[in-house]
Amino acid sequence: MRAFSYECASSIETAAKAAASTDGAKFIAGGTNLLDLMKLEIETPTHLIDVNGLGLDRIEPTPEGGLRIGALVRNTDLAADERIRRDYGLLSRALLAGASGQLRNRATTAGNLLQRTRCPYFYDTNQPCNKRQPGSGCAAIAGFSRQLGVVGVSDACIATHPGDMAVAMRALDAVIETIRADGTTRSIPIADFHRLPGKTPDIEHVLERGELITAVVLPKPMGGKHIYRKVRDRASYAFALVSVGAIVQPDGTGRIAVGGIAPKPWRDEAAEKELPRGAKAASTRLLADARPTEQNAFKITLVERMLSAVLAEARG
Amino acid sequence: MRFDTPATTNPIDQLKIVGQPIHRIDGPLKTAGKAVYAYEWHDPNTPYAYGYIVGSAIAKGRIRSIDVTAAKNAPGVLAVVTTDGVGELKKGKYNTAKLFGGTEVQHYHQAIAVVAAETFEEARAAASLVKVHYAEEKGVFDLAAARDTAVKPDDGEPDSAAGDFNAAFETAPVKLDQTYTTPDQSHAMMEPHASIAAWSGDELTVWTSSQMIDWWRTDLATTLGIDKEKVHIMSPFIGGGFGVKLFLRADAVLAALAAREAKRPVKVALPRPFLMNNTTHRPATIQRIRIGAGRHGRITAIAHESWSGDLPGGGPEVAVQQTRLLYAGENRMTAMRLATLDLPEGNAMRAPGEAPGMMALEIAIDEMAERLGLDPVEFRTINDTQVDPEKPERPFSHRDLVGCLRTGAQRFGWKDRSKRPGSRRDGDWLVGMGVGSAFRNNLVVPSGARVRLDRGGVVTVETDMTDIGTGSYTIIAQTAAEMLGVPVDKVAVSLGDSRFPVSSGSGGQFGGNSSTAGVYAACVKLREAVAQKLGFNNADDVIFADGEVRSGDRRITLAEAAGDEGLVAEDRIEFGKLTETHQQSTFGAHFVEVGVDVATGETRLRRMLAVCAAGRILNPITARSQVIGAMTMGVGAALSEDLVVDKARGFFVNHDLAAYEVPVHADIPHQEVIFLDETDPMSSPMKAKGIAELGLCGVAAAVANAIYNATGVRVRDYPITLDKLINGLPELS
Repeated sequence: MRAFSYECASSIETAAKAAASTDGAKFIAGGTNLLDLMKLEIETPTHLIDVNGLGLDRIEPTPEGGLRIGALVRNTDLAADERIRRDYGLLSRALLAGASGQLRNRATTAGNLLQRTRCPYFYDTNQPCNKRQPGSGCAAIAGFSRQLGVVGVSDACIATHPGDMAVAMRALDAVIETIRADGTTRSIPIADFHRLPGKTPDIEHVLERGELITAVVLPKPMGGKHIYRKVRDRASYAFALVSVGAIVQPDGTGRIAVGGIAPKPWRDEAAEKELPRGAKAASTRLLADARPTEQNAFKITLVERMLSAVLAEARG
Repeated sequence: MRFDTPATTNPIDQLKIVGQPIHRIDGPLKTAGKAVYAYEWHDPNTPYAYGYIVGSAIAKGRIRSIDVTAAKNAPGVLAVVTTDGVGELKKGKYNTAKLFGGTEVQHYHQAIAVVAAETFEEARAAASLVKVHYAEEKGVFDLAAARDTAVKPDDGEPDSAAGDFNAAFETAPVKLDQTYTTPDQSHAMMEPHASIAAWSGDELTVWTSSQMIDWWRTDLATTLGIDKEKVHIMSPFIGGGFGVKLFLRADAVLAALAAREAKRPVKVALPRPFLMNNTTHRPATIQRIRIGAGRHGRITAIAHESWSGDLPGGGPEVAVQQTRLLYAGENRMTAMRLATLDLPEGNAMRAPGEAPGMMALEIAIDEMAERLGLDPVEFRTINDTQVDPEKPERPFSHRDLVGCLRTGAQRFGWKDRSKRPGSRRDGDWLVGMGVGSAFRNNLVVPSGARVRLDRGGVVTVETDMTDIGTGSYTIIAQTAAEMLGVPVDKVAVSLGDSRFPVSSGSGGQFGGNSSTAGVYAACVKLREAVAQKLGFNNADDVIFADGEVRSGDRRITLAEAAGDEGLVAEDRIEFGKLTETHQQSTFGAHFVEVGVDVATGETRLRRMLAVCAAGRILNPITARSQVIGAMTMGVGAALSEDLVVDKARGFFVNHDLAAYEVPVHADIPHQEVIFLDETDPMSSPMKAKGIAELGLCGVAAAVANAIYNATGVRVRDYPITLDKLINGLPELS
């Protein structure tokens, strides 16, 4: 870990401003991912701006009938919220499928969206990794890739977004609210929030320098059956090989977002149109551009079978 | 005391304390956080410095140069010691790869420098500033590719044979010829390697986490080029080892060198990623098994060959060991071949040999039973043997494999197992049962102890035996209490200190039986000393009970017997020829029920049962803990544990506990353990045998067989992850 300076932000405006004007600055909230990465010198911020005290920890109704989730709402609190459990069961289930009780107590809504990949080569600073050190190469594509992405990947990087919460947020069409260094605010649909790696896998999202997430907004409840299915090698405390977040309506239409297969929660509205025709049709469309490695090709079959099981569960 | 005739009746047989379910005596210390582990050793008046390791970034080659300028100038840095700076160091007797010194790099994360600083954070930050220039060389990292280059090892017993395997296999009416693979595995114990080294003149004290005090002491002295008598090792509490703390490791060497340079005591812990690539691991194997049998199920021919790899000077994983002994069959052969690999050092991990060997053999037995149309329990029973099948003149000291299988089958409800694989369904789960024999040899190792009796009637046992979480403290206390007729709370046990008599140490499931036998020997001497002091003829006429010594009408308390000056006795158990005339092994049977998700292929355990026949059980609570822990490790071996080799870069990629997946609580829903009531007088005066590794051997295969029974998919390549099952699962509607 490199030495760094630290400040507690007093307002969202000053936080954004400070982050933009200080070289090497980063926000810190729960720190469950950032501190680990700093210890390994994968992240080397020279200045940390603590945003925990900014009051962004409430869940409030929106005029449109949805919910505005403060950026600092802890995963535990979000998963346990009565409104979330009642109207957005998918989100609650996805949160509880992730990490451990201790981590969820600490981890925040905004931080969860920004968590970084668990690719083992990203984590080993002796190895080449285009995400960690642009231009150094990717050791994963020809190396240990079983856990890694099959779609949306590039020749530069096949890392996945590892989260569960974001998969649910993507299925729910959440919108991310931010404040920029100049004090202006904007709303970013989650579909546009994470970037695909292309030739620049080190750039993972569309946030500008200094831009701070203030809330994540859920649309009004959409009914349907909410299912979150996470498949992994052990029963708990592991990242998904594949996870499926689904909202299925009684007429067989629905929304499907998939985790563990791509650099971002993977959803394709065109594939959803195929849902009434069954899992195979939908997953074929969803993964039409997949380019798996030999080690992770099983994810193609797994997605189809999981979709099949999820649709069966929804019918049942 | 020399043990070379079978044990007869002795004070242990009273079983007033030995054999009783006594909670571990060190439990309160551990649950209260008061048991001081290596890194936690802290004297408030000592200005400890903190050391941080730098590991090689390449797998093979040489160090051209190491630039420490930036590191030395970093805040708080007291010393930087580099491998080229210290030059070649002598290697310890038990190490294959060198731990430090010289310019050669033999494997990834081999220690090449240590930075000592005022704080841990400063040391870690400065370590990242050490700049190393390498001359990288091509290495060999892929066992399958190197298989054809494997040779017969020089040492040990790589080959064995009896009868004429080829001829018998050729003519056998029912045959199996299959190849199985097991991956490299990590010990993944909770407590990382950690040492604190403090010099006083030319004398060195090291607080560390070691299973074998005397081996560490000897090899540390060798590596540092100092007199063994100048080295003092302390390791009273150990947070797990599973074999990776048998042999001296880099943390102790680096702490000693950094402390000498910094002129301060230095603490060094190996960060978690260094466990996988800096220390040792269980080597991967490729195993070919051939079995021939008559139509009624009697094995006529059995062959087991195994290929594994290691660094030059290392040895093979002895995966064929159990096949020499477990099942009958007149015609047999085993062979081990060793390839040179430039991966980190392969070495002992819990039940070395049998653990991976049984992973293969017990699937093969299941497959053979199916070919014969026999129940797998029945097939194993038919092929039981009461003698060493390679040397029929050599009987087993005591063997009740059949008792384990039958008891287990009955208790587990084995009769409900579906005979047709893939036919039992519970909602979305395909359900199956599997069985595997358990087998692990019983090793006995000389072990010494000193026993003191003080004027308060308190018995103190001192031995350099270690407690790696196994319960050594407790069973040693029970042994001394039984021998001297005092309650357990009148016994104090001091372990893990090189000033104490050299013990068996902890490893190879020999520690429990051997170390208590050593304590027994010392207690026999102490009883004689008491008897002599009190003027009795000899200890045999004397009863030690209720804190008193009694003979005829005379009763004297132990406190009185000890007197003001106390009494002390020391002895050492040594084992004679019984291990040669008789084969000593431990036996068991593992039964497992799994569910496999019909859509995804996720395997989840439903219940497990182990039945063990391992001589006298010294403490059913600590023994059970050993077995359920071992069963859990077996589930990991079956389903998830796999040190993944990057075959181009030559290292284990998943080098932390997030990516190297051991079972979590949610994976282990229900475990049951049954101990058959037996003794083995050939093993020691305790009549006990090993239990800690038996519990692991055969578990993974039982899981594999249960998965096959559930799905009809036979996987011969561990771990059995869902990607290996998914293409064989039923079509979904």
